[in-house]
Amino acid sequence: MDFREAVALALEMLAANRIRTSLTVLGVVIGVAAIILLVALGEGATAYITRELTGLGTNLLIITPGKTQTSGGFHPPVASTVRKLTYDDAVALRRRATLLSDAVPIVLGTGKIRSQGISRHTSVIGVTPEFQRVRNLFVEIGQFVSDEDVEGRRRVVVLGRTVKRELFGEENPLGQFVTVADSRYRVIGIMERKGVSLGFDIDDLVFIPVKSAQDLFDTDRLFEILASVRSPDDIDRAIQQVKDLLIRRHGNREDFTVVSQGAMLSAFTTILKTLTAALAGIAGISLLVGGIGIMNIMLVSVRERTREIGIRKAVGARRRDILGQFMLESVVLSMLGGILGIALGVGGAEGLSLFFAYLPTRISLWSVIMAFGFSVAVGVFFGVYPARRAAHLDPIQALRYE
Amino acid sequence: MIAFEEVWRSYPMGPSRVDAVRGITFTVASGDFVAISGPSGSGKSTLMNILGCLDRPSAGRYLLEGVEVAFLDDNALAALRNRRIGFVFQTFNLLPRMTALRNVELPMIYGGLHREARRRQALEALAAVGLAGRIGHRPSELSGGEQQRVAIARALVNRPAIILADEPTGNLDSKAGEEILEIFHHLVDGGATVVMVTHNPRIAERARRVIQLEDGRIVSDIRR
Ligand SMILES: Nc1ncnc2c1ncn2[C@@H]1O[C@H](COP(=O)(O)OP(=O)(O)OP(=O)(O)O)[C@@H](O)[C@H]1O
Ligand SMILES: [Mg+2]
Repeated sequence: MDFREAVALALEMLAANRIRTSLTVLGVVIGVAAIILLVALGEGATAYITRELTGLGTNLLIITPGKTQTSGGFHPPVASTVRKLTYDDAVALRRRATLLSDAVPIVLGTGKIRSQGISRHTSVIGVTPEFQRVRNLFVEIGQFVSDEDVEGRRRVVVLGRTVKRELFGEENPLGQFVTVADSRYRVIGIMERKGVSLGFDIDDLVFIPVKSAQDLFDTDRLFEILASVRSPDDIDRAIQQVKDLLIRRHGNREDFTVVSQGAMLSAFTTILKTLTAALAGIAGISLLVGGIGIMNIMLVSVRERTREIGIRKAVGARRRDILGQFMLESVVLSMLGGILGIALGVGGAEGLSLFFAYLPTRISLWSVIMAFGFSVAVGVFFGVYPARRAAHLDPIQALRYE
Repeated sequence: MIAFEEVWRSYPMGPSRVDAVRGITFTVASGDFVAISGPSGSGKSTLMNILGCLDRPSAGRYLLEGVEVAFLDDNALAALRNRRIGFVFQTFNLLPRMTALRNVELPMIYGGLHREARRRQALEALAAVGLAGRIGHRPSELSGGEQQRVAIARALVNRPAIILADEPTGNLDSKAGEEILEIFHHLVDGGATVVMVTHNPRIAERARRVIQLEDGRIVSDIRR
């Protein structure tokens, strides 16, 4: 029997029990679709994070107060601060760290911002002019914070788009005064629209000169220093340079952490990759359950067709003919499930990101190939036992079977 | 062509054993038409299963065309069943979902014939049993006699050395049974060898040689 005929025969047998076949296939369909869908979600999230983080400006270094053990982790701003980072640290970095192009001191706080009786609780960021370049975030109308504003501790503010809309609507706010935590600030600019990034509304911020922010929040500490490295090849050397400089300034103690954006990115993606693999593994288990369904149905089928097996053996079928026939049926079952599962998984992933913008998905070829290969392997693995049982039936007993 | 020498077939049954065939010795020449007859439980089917290479003797020698069957492995036995033996059963044993034509093609599928050759030979075999007009019918759409004729077509389609029939007329009325016998006679006239089990003496009479079994032994062997 050539292969085409064998496949046709297998399909014919499966078609003879449509409902049973469909239900068995469904088990595999769900497993395969789950693998593809979950991997697509994980990969989509990874791609999204990568895009957002690199969109924040390239060659970025983040210097935070306090020392954490690993170089790539996250740093809760309050937890482990031994010594503070100061405005002068940032100035020293800007002047003497030759591998850096910018070093921006950042003060972060929250406050109520009010204008004409409308108020809004929002994040207030103290910055220097270089912030625009470093974070790739620019003013659109009016002006950004200038060096004079910083040195003069001027009470000027640049509004994010959301804040502007909430407080002023369509009105032009330039030159108007707003109250930021009980102090009066003059509006000098409006930022360009950036939207939501990593779950954070970049437009829902206001920017003031860093020294004014220190006054406002009554602190001489910085939340962090953002620095950009001149050349992407120099990131590691720049980190070392920053460390050397700050250690000297901090009395020979490394009480701060320097992380490159690349390190943060790889920390994120490592977490997401692990998560994706774990989810795919769980989905794989459901595929195994589908395989058990195949085995069950094939065992039933062997029993029901005992007489048929006897007849085939009586007219000259060898063991491997019978084995091949039943193996082929289980593999066709699982492959059918694989193909339909791919369709469902790919369709589902596309649909998800179409209807839910916050669920980015990315279908990766490897997950499709892997899921399909796995489904075929399941068919082979769970088909072997029933097929062997069929192949080893005694022809005389099989022929007598009622 | 067929030679049995002191063939035994025993089944272990708990502590004791059942001897279904107890030392049978006989030969069948090519072109002969042999009927095997005897009471129920006398070992006729057991003998036929050994003849048909579906089973092996527990002791003794069985030579089919000079080959000692006991020394063959499963694949070789399957090949013998496929090419040298055609089996006809009392209960027809056709595949219910397949048409007459495909049922007759079945042995040739395992014989590795090409589709066109298979089809041609299957049509010839069906014509030989007078069923050229029923090739597209499934077993459930055929009468008992017609089903048995399809089974005979299947048995002879690979031009076997010997056709074995275990009570081929047992499930048929006398008219349909008569037609089956006609076909066997016709085949024998054409040079085929047929061994047929029956416990109907009137049917046994129609063969050229009648072997009588009792209790797993040959009690008479009469040539007409
Ligand atoms: N698988 C088996 N296990 C044990 N005993 C068996 C087995 N097959 C057959 N026998 C026994 O062997 C003896 C011969 O059985 P066999 O089927 O050959 O009889 P038979 O002559 O064909 O009878 P019938 O005319 O009723 O078909 C019987 O006593 C039967 O019980
Ligand atoms: Mg019998």
